Amino acid sequence: MRVNPRTTQSIAKAVIWSAAILVLVLLFAVIIYILSKGIPSITWQFLSQIPSDMGRSGGILSPIVGTLAVTLVAIVVATPLGVGTAFYLTEYTRESLITKIIRFSAESLAGIPSIVYGLFGFIFFVIYLHLGWSILSGGLTLAVMILPTIIRTSEEAIRTVPPMYREISFSLGGTKWQTMIKVLIPSALPGISTGIILGIGRCVAETAAVILTAGSALRLPTSLFSPTRTMAVHFYILAREGISLERAYGTAALLIILILLINIGANLLVSRFVAKSH
Amino acid sequence: MKKFGERIPQSLFFIIALSALSVLALITIFIFIEGVPLISKVGFFNFIFGMKWAPSLGQYGIFPMIVGTVAVTLGAIILGVPVALCCSIFLAEFAPKKISNLVRPAIQLLAGIPSVVYGFWGLIFIVPIIRNYLGGPGLSILAGSIILAIMILPTVISISEVSLLALPPLLKEGAFALGATHWQTIRTVLVPAARSGILASIILGIGRAVGETMAVIMVLGNAVALPHSILDPARTLTTNIGIEMGYASGEHQQALFATGIVLLVIIMILNGAAQYAVRRK
Repeated sequence: MRVNPRTTQSIAKAVIWSAAILVLVLLFAVIIYILSKGIPSITWQFLSQIPSDMGRSGGILSPIVGTLAVTLVAIVVATPLGVGTAFYLTEYTRESLITKIIRFSAESLAGIPSIVYGLFGFIFFVIYLHLGWSILSGGLTLAVMILPTIIRTSEEAIRTVPPMYREISFSLGGTKWQTMIKVLIPSALPGISTGIILGIGRCVAETAAVILTAGSALRLPTSLFSPTRTMAVHFYILAREGISLERAYGTAALLIILILLINIGANLLVSRFVAKSH
Repeated sequence: MKKFGERIPQSLFFIIALSALSVLALITIFIFIEGVPLISKVGFFNFIFGMKWAPSLGQYGIFPMIVGTVAVTLGAIILGVPVALCCSIFLAEFAPKKISNLVRPAIQLLAGIPSVVYGFWGLIFIVPIIRNYLGGPGLSILAGSIILAIMILPTVISISEVSLLALPPLLKEGAFALGATHWQTIRTVLVPAARSGILASIILGIGRAVGETMAVIMVLGNAVALPHSILDPARTLTTNIGIEMGYASGEHQQALFATGIVLLVIIMILNGAAQYAVRRK
């Protein structure tokens, strides 16, 4: 029996629409569930107090500080490396074996599981370089982890700067350095910032790599060498060990809110970037 | 001021550009240095195919975890890939612009949610459903597969969508001109033409599923025994490291690094395959 192609088309369309709706439903199911359970626990005390009794009472001030500190280290280290690599790949060399190797390395890094970054950070930064479980070890591990993201987004951003901009700058007597600082970086900035923001998002969300490198101390960190606990790690420990479900939900809700804000920020930048380049 | 910048030589950029390569090399070297001694002590065959993992007795066999990893990943692919492919076809072909501009950031958000949050949601939401309706402890391969299926959606959707959108419009116009319906065009022309990108998206999805740790720790039950059904708890290579790294030392710690080697090798093979699939157009 031959089915009318129009009937098959309607069936296929219905299946495809329902798959898309299913994806959205799943997303909202996760987000709304966590937010509805967690938002009531987010009070000023929750945000401003240090956890006490293993996190059973008190707030989450030190995990918030720990998250910010570790992320800051990661961004400060990864941004110059990532953007520099992107400039090298786009402005300083032709396509060659070495650019292929660099791209292959970056793409391979992007696929490495976070737990393997955790193992590496532990043996290299914590043990071999004697940095101990610390903000520095955690931040450096995360820097390595987000490096490929920053390389890729910066490279794309620099590539979309019209070649004419470079030519005009050179024709006005601009040097390569001047062209880079005054022309390329400003035009590619929204794209580069998007990569950095996505990197921040990954740092905030990461658990496996930081728990092995930054530790899980609940004290407020006092220096880069202090061990610390990020919000994601705090949430994991609270939830897994059943320490306080209420505070776990609160921490998770705060994480989701942060990720929402980070995504909105990245999207605003992308739309500005797209508007500018057209 | 002008001179300062000019004096920064090209070689500095070259050195910076080597950071990705050197980090990749460092990761590989350090994990191998830590893990290889144990593998050579236990024996490669005994390590990979050993059925018993009992660090306190000096027994290090990771076969049950390899089975666990394969089972959970396979489940995630079976559940996740069809939905993801439909969703990418939806975005590339069917969705009105207004809707796709709404769905794309939503999928990006799905990728940004911390994996621990997925794990927790699975523990609270999915595990009890499985326990009550299908039996078993609930903490199971099935629960892990469902959570991972959700987590690989963004990877598979975005890469397949890009490869569908990158097709020359001529293909579609040609099929339409021959009187094919939209769906016939998608099924017989567009999807086959984009197959290498779609394949790459699936391989990268497999990579994500194999590499995920925290979400899986929370829903898989983490038993070291060989699982016999999808309702049994299991342990994956990643969760083995995630659970025991906190207290392991000495030989036990080396065994976890050795687990890391196996994981790294699997991921490198998958990465290489995905990059090959993308380039092969």
